[in-house]
This record gives sequence, structure tokens and C-alpha cells, in this order.
Amino acid sequence: MTELLHALLDPDLPFLRYALISGLLASISFGIIGTFVVVRRISYIAGAISHCILGGIGLGLYMQNVVGVSWFTPMFGAILVALLAAGVLAWISLRANERADALIGALWAGGMAIGFMFIAATPGYFDPMSYLFGNILLITKQDLYYVLGLDAVVLIMVTVFYNTFLALCFDEEFARLRGVKTHWLYLLLLCLTALTIVLLVRIVGIIMVIALLTLPAAIAGRFACSIRQMMISATLLCAFFIMTGLGLSYQLDLPSGSVIILVATAFYLVSLVNFRLR
Amino acid sequence: MGKTSQQRHPARAIEVSGVHFSYGDIPVLEDVKFVIDPLDSVCIVGPNGGGKTTLIKLILGLLQPTRGSVRIYGGRPEDESRRIGYVPQHVQYDPGFPIQVQDVVAMGRLGRSFTGRYTKQDWSEVAAALEAVQLSRLAGRPFADLSGGQRQRVLIARALAAGGDILILDEPTANIDHESEQLFFDLLGRLNKKMTILMVTHEVGFASTFFKRIICVNKQVFIHPTSELTGELIQNMYGGDLQMIRHDHCCSAKGHDHD
Repeated sequence: MTELLHALLDPDLPFLRYALISGLLASISFGIIGTFVVVRRISYIAGAISHCILGGIGLGLYMQNVVGVSWFTPMFGAILVALLAAGVLAWISLRANERADALIGALWAGGMAIGFMFIAATPGYFDPMSYLFGNILLITKQDLYYVLGLDAVVLIMVTVFYNTFLALCFDEEFARLRGVKTHWLYLLLLCLTALTIVLLVRIVGIIMVIALLTLPAAIAGRFACSIRQMMISATLLCAFFIMTGLGLSYQLDLPSGSVIILVATAFYLVSLVNFRLR
Repeated sequence: MGKTSQQRHPARAIEVSGVHFSYGDIPVLEDVKFVIDPLDSVCIVGPNGGGKTTLIKLILGLLQPTRGSVRIYGGRPEDESRRIGYVPQHVQYDPGFPIQVQDVVAMGRLGRSFTGRYTKQDWSEVAAALEAVQLSRLAGRPFADLSGGQRQRVLIARALAAGGDILILDEPTANIDHESEQLFFDLLGRLNKKMTILMVTHEVGFASTFFKRIICVNKQVFIHPTSELTGELIQNMYGGDLQMIRHDHCCSAKGHDHD
């Protein structure tokens, strides 16, 4: 443990500090947005958005290294594609009769395919594994500001529109009848989900980010009495999983993303069993 | 929307004229017309798949008729939806959703401001609505902990908190016991003094004692005063083909007047 503390304070190892701080900060957005994703039951939609992101990352690498557009970073590409996917997914939800699940699958796999294509077409060696499974070495100081900014946006939006978001998740039809613009609100929710996902992809990766979004909220949902309580508990749980996971991965020299997700999954399974016994 | 000469009749709570509706090629409702006056109490009966829920959704403005028109106090349902308190079936709610009773009821107060934040006035309306359904003591309880009948009353309170003139209920008695059902109709009786009531049900027995009129829906729609409800009619409604009911006495679109 002391070894870990030393590592965290070591000026030569800033990435571990950045990973921890950005993880803890991101827990706020994850707890809040994850709660909505769980109660609204849109995990598979969040999954489609997160996988799509690879397309944006690949596009960013290609634009920077081949086309030479330096401002088109992988991060920029990821945000662009994530928001685009959120828009498409919100739009299909308006057409209940069309095969939404097929389109979700197409976005999911198509986004990844495009990403790999761009990465392959980009000279130099880019390891897609870092994006798929996370790599805390990729986290920079600048990311901390991004995460902080996102937290501010999420907190403000959710505080202002708390009641309407709650109604959207509990009974969308009723909310619409009361004159709430539910379609726009749903789009806003998906956009916030998309941004939240983008910012934590570096720590746990595209494939596993969905677990970190939903598992803390799913555990919190087993004991919380209100959505507000569920958000706070999910935030604390998420922070705890990230801290424990990072610590363990450093001690045991294992990939941090996987360890974080394993910790979260283990706690989720325990919470399931615990509930059965009661 | 048809171009039928639509006069505005603000005195009519609900006016359905010449409405056809189909899902794709499958016709669900054909040439539906009836008028419901303010403070009327009407129940909607018919076999499953006969179009009861579709009719409700057309009145609420959640669906658009293929032909014909629906008017709520002379206006379009989309514009007037806030005059309607809607009580959906409680069974469709996720029992794991962490929410307190008072927060469910408060949703009735949404749509009054852009952000949907509640004022003191809103919370006092919520308290009054819970009082009206005699659930004040459960205001802080998780919604999921309540019994079927209590949840149904919470959803009625939510509709009341919205403060409309029309109350539409979709199979509210489907999952409540007989005793709560009696309480439920007492409550509806009180509400009927101020509101027009429209209720989907499949239990005709109670319907005949409470409601003034009955709407039979099976692709086509007929409206009767409940005084005409006979064994033969009920049998036809459930046993045979509803369209074969002897409608040769030919109700007017308003049904018959009570003596």
C-alpha cells in the first residue's frame, strides 16, 4: 500500500495520478448518467455508442497523421462520432415500428469496422488494444480539464431538468401528455451519455466502459429509495471501484481497465446474492 | 385530419367524428363517432384487440387517426392534452424503479415550466391530490412497496394533480381486489362531480351500476346508455362477435338520453 502511495506521489509517474484523479472526477458523471441508463434500460444503446467511438478515434488518427489536420484529434473524432450516434439513436426511437435493434447492431459493429479501417490505413503503429481495453498511459493533464468540464455540464443539466428526466425514465408517455418535450430530452440524455462514455474510454476502454457505467448504478438501485440517492451511491461506488481497481492493478501488475471492471463485476454479483438471501 | 366541416364545440368534452385508424394495412377502428358531454361517465368495453386502447390513444393525441377527427373541448388533442388526466395501467411500471409516492404524483405538475421544477404551489396540489385518494400517509413510501390498489390510486392522484377536466383510466380495476374496487368506485363517484370520466374495463358488472353510458369497441364503436345493458348484450360482447349485437335500434351519436 505504501508502495502505491509512493507511486502516486512520484513526480516521474504522473500518469497514475492523472488516471486516479480523472477516474474519481469521472465517477460523478458516471454515477449520474449511469443511473438514468439503468432505470431507463438503455444499456444496449450506451453499448452501441461506446463501440461506435472507435470509428471516431480511427478517423482522428487518420486525419492527424495522413491528412495532416492537426486539430482533428482522436478525442475530437470520438466526441463527434459519439454525438452523431446519439442523434441517430434518438431519431430511431421516434420510429418504434422500424427495427431499432438491427440499426443499433449496425451502428455498434459498423463504427468499430470503420475505426479499424482507418487505423490500418494510418502509417505508424497504433495499438487498437489501448482503445479497446483502456490504457492509463494515454491520460494527460488536459483530460482532467475535459472531465471536470463534463462533470459541470452533467451536474447543471441534471439539476435543472431533474424532474423532467425522472418523468422521462419513469413514464415517458405521461410526461409527453403533460407537454414535456420528451424527444428532445431523450436526445439530451443520449448526448450526455455519449460524452460521459468518451471521457472514460481511456481508463477502461471501449469494450468495458459500459460495465463501469451500469454496474455501480445497478448495485445502487438495489437499495436506493430515490433516484437522487441512487446517483450518489452509484458515484461513490464507481469511485471506489476505480480506486481499488487501479491500486490492485498497480500492485499486481495487471491491466488497470480489466481489474477495475472485475472489481465492479464481483461487487455486482455479491449484491445479487446478498439480495437473494434477504 | 379530415376536412369535414368541423365546427368548434367547446361545450363537448370529447367529440369523435368519422375516425378510422389502421396499423399499416390492418384496420383497427372504422368510422367511429360519438360525443361525450362534460361530467358524463362512460365506460369502454370490448374484447382484447378490439381497439379499446387505440381509441384511448387517439383521444389523448398519442396516435393520429387515419381519417376523421377527434376534438377535445373543440380543440386538437395534442393541444388540449393537458386538460386530460390519464391513468395508465399500473402493471407496466418497473417494480425496481426507486421513486417515492409523492414524486410520482408530482409528475402531474410537469409541463407548467420549461425546466419542470416544482413550486410550493405544486407540492400543495400534490398533497391535496394524495388526500383526495386517501393516501396522504404513504406520501414518502417507495412506490414499489404499495399494493396494486394503492398504486392505482397513486396514479389517479397523479392525474388529479394535473388538474384536468377529463379523467381517462385504462383498466384500473384489472389488478385490485373487490373491497378496493368498491372504494375505487366511491372515489370515481366523487370525482365525477367535477370531471368527465372515461374508463376502459372488461368487467361489465360494476360498469352498469356506476357509469351512465357504455361504449362497445370492436373495430366499430357503439354507444349505449347503461340502462340498456342486458344479458344478451353482455353475452354478445364477450361470447360472440360484437358487431352482431342488435344495433338496429340505431343509437344516435350521442347515445340515448336518460329519463
